Amino acid sequence: MALEVGSPAPEFALLATPDQRVALSEFDGPVVLIFYPADWSPVCSDELSVFSAAGKLFHERGAQLLGISVDGAWCHEAYKEQRNIGFPLLADFNPKGAVAQLYDVYREHDGTTERALFVIDREKKITWSEVSPLGVNPGADGALRAVEALS
Amino acid sequence: MSDGRLSIPVGANDHVVGPDDAPLTVVEYGDYQCPYCGQAFPIVERIRETFSDTLRFVFRNFPLADMHPHAEAAAEVAEAAGLQGKFWEMHDALYTNQRHLEDDALLHYVADVGADVDQVTKDIASGAPRQRVEADFEGAIRSGANGTPTFFINGARYDGSWTYEPFAEYLQELLDQK
Repeated sequence: MALEVGSPAPEFALLATPDQRVALSEFDGPVVLIFYPADWSPVCSDELSVFSAAGKLFHERGAQLLGISVDGAWCHEAYKEQRNIGFPLLADFNPKGAVAQLYDVYREHDGTTERALFVIDREKKITWSEVSPLGVNPGADGALRAVEALS
Repeated sequence: MSDGRLSIPVGANDHVVGPDDAPLTVVEYGDYQCPYCGQAFPIVERIRETFSDTLRFVFRNFPLADMHPHAEAAAEVAEAAGLQGKFWEMHDALYTNQRHLEDDALLHYVADVGADVDQVTKDIASGAPRQRVEADFEGAIRSGANGTPTFFINGARYDGSWTYEPFAEYLQELLDQK
């Protein structure tokens, strides 16, 4: 489960707002891909708030944070505004969960994604990943260490 | 894997209540504006009473400023009051008055706890309280703090419930193992 470390990171281009697409290939530096089950759910909110607050630590190291769930762009927009989340939330909405399937973290039976983190290096290779139990917020320490290991 | 271990050991710079040789050490990473931390405040008080001399309690700052616009300023004021030996008085005042943490309200609490308001303002302007809050914040992230509040018990992140009964039960189990 979950694409293995060392695998090439599959390219994607998803809506980050109702009229703007974001592609993995746009980013020159490391990317932290944060798959979470759903906007508004309690554990997810804490997880994204912690990453958002830690944004500076990631930016200082040239890394880009990207959240991703199966919610639509309109839903993301409302959620992002209410929680003041400081990085893009991508809508893996249509076809539903297609990118999660590429990263092998789609939950077929309930139509959401695993709570999974991927660190992707400049060469678009997965260098670190972690899948957490749905009810456990992983914190940002593992991803931060993985980003630091790239420089 | 995220190990959820306290990355910065409890030391001389920490705000500590309870004996250094207590068998239980609880470190809270908290945010003064977070409503859950507000709920945890009286629970922590009760836990401290229950475990008395067997528990050492440490508070460190983990302001989630994107969500809580007054959290950073409140944390800096508590640290500045701490420079005058009034950290815990300020900490208690902030949680007791959590719904009103605007800048002018913060200075009222400074006066209420008997700290010198001008000195607090000067110390905040010096940037030292901010540096301390930022260092706490980075330590929290590196320890795998995963929300507000996050508790570390004897160095390990506590992912269980911090309502009184399960929290006290867990601590008692640890104590019984000692």
